[in-house]
Amino acid sequence: MELDDLEVHYQLSSGLLGRLFGLGTSTVKAVDGVNISLRKGEVLGVVGESGSGKTTLGRALLGLAPATGGSITYRDKDGAAHDVASMRGAGLRRLRTDVQMVFQDPHAALNPTMTIETAVGHPLRIHGLAKGEQLHRRVASALERVGLSPAEQFLGKYPSDLSGGQKQRAVIARAIILDPDVLVADEPVSMLDMSVRAKILELMLELKRELGLTYVYITHDLATAKFFCDRIAIMYLGRVVEIGPTAEIFSEPRHPYTRALLQAIPEPDPDRMVPRDLPRGEIADAAVPPLGCHFHPRCPAAVANCGWESRDLRVLLEQHWTRTDPEVYEDEKALVGDLDHLDEPALEARLGDGGTAERVHRILDEIRAENPDEPTWHGVEALDEQADGLHVRFRPGEDPGLRRAGGVEVACVLYPPEGGAGGAGAGGNGGGVPPNSGQ
Amino acid sequence: MASSAAIARGGQPVVDARDLRIWYGSERGPVKAVDEVSFDLAKGEILGLVGESGCGKSTLGRGLLGLLPPGTAMDGALLFEGEDLLSVPRKQMLARRGAELGMIFQEPLTRLNPLMRISQHFEETLRTHEKGISKDEVRERALRVLRVMGIPPTRYRSYPHEFSGGMRQRLMIALALVLRPSFVVADEPTTALDVLVEAQIIRILHDLRREFETSLLLITHNLGIVAEACDRVAVMYAGKIVELGDAREVFARPKHPYTRELLRSTISLRTTGLNYIPGAPPDLVEPPPACHFHPRCPDAMQICATKAPLEQTEASGTKVQCWAADLAAGRVELGDDERAPLVREEISVADEA
Repeated sequence: MELDDLEVHYQLSSGLLGRLFGLGTSTVKAVDGVNISLRKGEVLGVVGESGSGKTTLGRALLGLAPATGGSITYRDKDGAAHDVASMRGAGLRRLRTDVQMVFQDPHAALNPTMTIETAVGHPLRIHGLAKGEQLHRRVASALERVGLSPAEQFLGKYPSDLSGGQKQRAVIARAIILDPDVLVADEPVSMLDMSVRAKILELMLELKRELGLTYVYITHDLATAKFFCDRIAIMYLGRVVEIGPTAEIFSEPRHPYTRALLQAIPEPDPDRMVPRDLPRGEIADAAVPPLGCHFHPRCPAAVANCGWESRDLRVLLEQHWTRTDPEVYEDEKALVGDLDHLDEPALEARLGDGGTAERVHRILDEIRAENPDEPTWHGVEALDEQADGLHVRFRPGEDPGLRRAGGVEVACVLYPPEGGAGGAGAGGNGGGVPPNSGQ
Repeated sequence: MASSAAIARGGQPVVDARDLRIWYGSERGPVKAVDEVSFDLAKGEILGLVGESGCGKSTLGRGLLGLLPPGTAMDGALLFEGEDLLSVPRKQMLARRGAELGMIFQEPLTRLNPLMRISQHFEETLRTHEKGISKDEVRERALRVLRVMGIPPTRYRSYPHEFSGGMRQRLMIALALVLRPSFVVADEPTTALDVLVEAQIIRILHDLRREFETSLLLITHNLGIVAEACDRVAVMYAGKIVELGDAREVFARPKHPYTRELLRSTISLRTTGLNYIPGAPPDLVEPPPACHFHPRCPDAMQICATKAPLEQTEASGTKVQCWAADLAAGRVELGDDERAPLVREEISVADEA
């Protein structure tokens, strides 16, 4: 399977009036220019926080989310290439005999009114591949294969009779019953108890060996990904920010986001303490992502050309006010004025008015003196006292595309493209295929 | 025994539970969700409560605050600052919850009223317990606690939907703490959050005592969180606390086979092989006799299936209920037939959690 500049964008409209007047529509770029090639027999991990687009990416692989740009090419058993994005009806149905999905929540993925036999056999009936005695036999053998044995004991049961782990096994049985080539597993163990997760992962590895499956393992959990995957793609706000072999991602994480994720995983290690230098804030709104590198507002390693802008100034002021006394806050807030206009991303922002520009300038200088290492200041080019207030000008940022660094590819300005080719735009690079890898 | 440990940690415990039992009815008989549990919490201490789903940890957490549904029975002793909460009338409990006993839930969005500004949430909370408090004072106290949670004062008049998931959980913590309760139960407070935000919240909980001197019972299934945020840890299995001790000590040298296997089955960055505990936690209507863990225990002996182990204290201060641990420490002498390995039925792969 090849993903070439894949985009899945959703239109947001702001209610009836907005739709009538064509106002206020915006686009959520759930998946924004992703290039990955999935090799036969590998386990590819797609790792990211909620809102990173990892689930949308997985759904796009099955044609469940409409691709609005780019392409997904699927090469079937006979070597014929198909474009998933343009598939409809019969084509999609054929695709799904080859590509199947395991969902996150086993309690929701099984119809509570269907017996396990009906649920697991459903794909065979839909595709008209088996009926009667043969259907029964194939369901029983799929159940045995996923460890629900003796199968007779489970065939007539309803999902409510099964434990979480057993349900997930039934969901996996349903996914493999069509003998697919690719399994997209979206957080298959995150809803399960710690003591069962290992068992389900082991089962999936066993099935991979026996059935020659290729996996796309979508997760937020780097610890299971480390154990389970051959290659890992780290996603942030719709883009792949780092992709490479699992061993290298973990031994030498390059993107500051990858490093932060690794640091944040709570480890049952008696010698570890609560990590102190975590990225602040949360994943940004995908409808109006940060300028430049999407991760820059949270990045502890950010530099001058990461894409600093007006919204970062707002965060800077607000964070400052969580540290000051209430009286200081009231005074400063009155001088600085309303902050809402900063939410419109811009390279130049105005604070205060003509009368207060000088004092606002002094406040910013004080904030800077409190913490001169604050990354936002790298991006501030000039503070200008003007007749209508203090103008804060930011350096234009760079939107880093994926570039090679060691054995991985990473989208971060800290790793200049080799050969000094200058900043490649997002997706301007050949994609996730290392040059020396055999397909 | 419990109280002597508390004195070692300084003064009277804030919460002191002794032989606490909670059970509720089901079609098949009483469910013994919490079965003779004893523990205590010192001022400003964080106790982690871990175990698989269905081991009774949430029931215990709610029971401590008197939040159990009707039809649930509770006995034993539950001392809160020296007074037995089980004998306090319902009406008085109502006044104490919030003011002295706080709770932080898993899903912050379902606990905040979408039609109320954050300021109104604080007004409601404070006025319920301190009638006649002025708007300015509400604002001052709310802003003070919001500041500790890292929420800027500019957001005081926002609505819940204007906040991100992590911010909402910070709001919930702020709302629980604005009344300065001396004891707070946090039930899986980070389960719905992303890793980075989870780490931020854990750090906030860990740092709470600096500002509030609150004692915290942190209920979680994530052992990593306990290792990073808690002073002590209680490991629960089938309604009983099977091991209780200093968090670092318990994770470095687990005494109960269940703790050890739970740690081994946790997939962490250092995992090189997959381990798991066979079988599933038992049905709490009819748990296995004697030690409840014996059907799944790799170290089980004959005695484990016939006689329940008593709580013993290790040299390290860890309390444990396990025959194998007693034998290893030389606390008991067992006959050859008692210590013979238990022959168990094969647990089928599918018979699991």
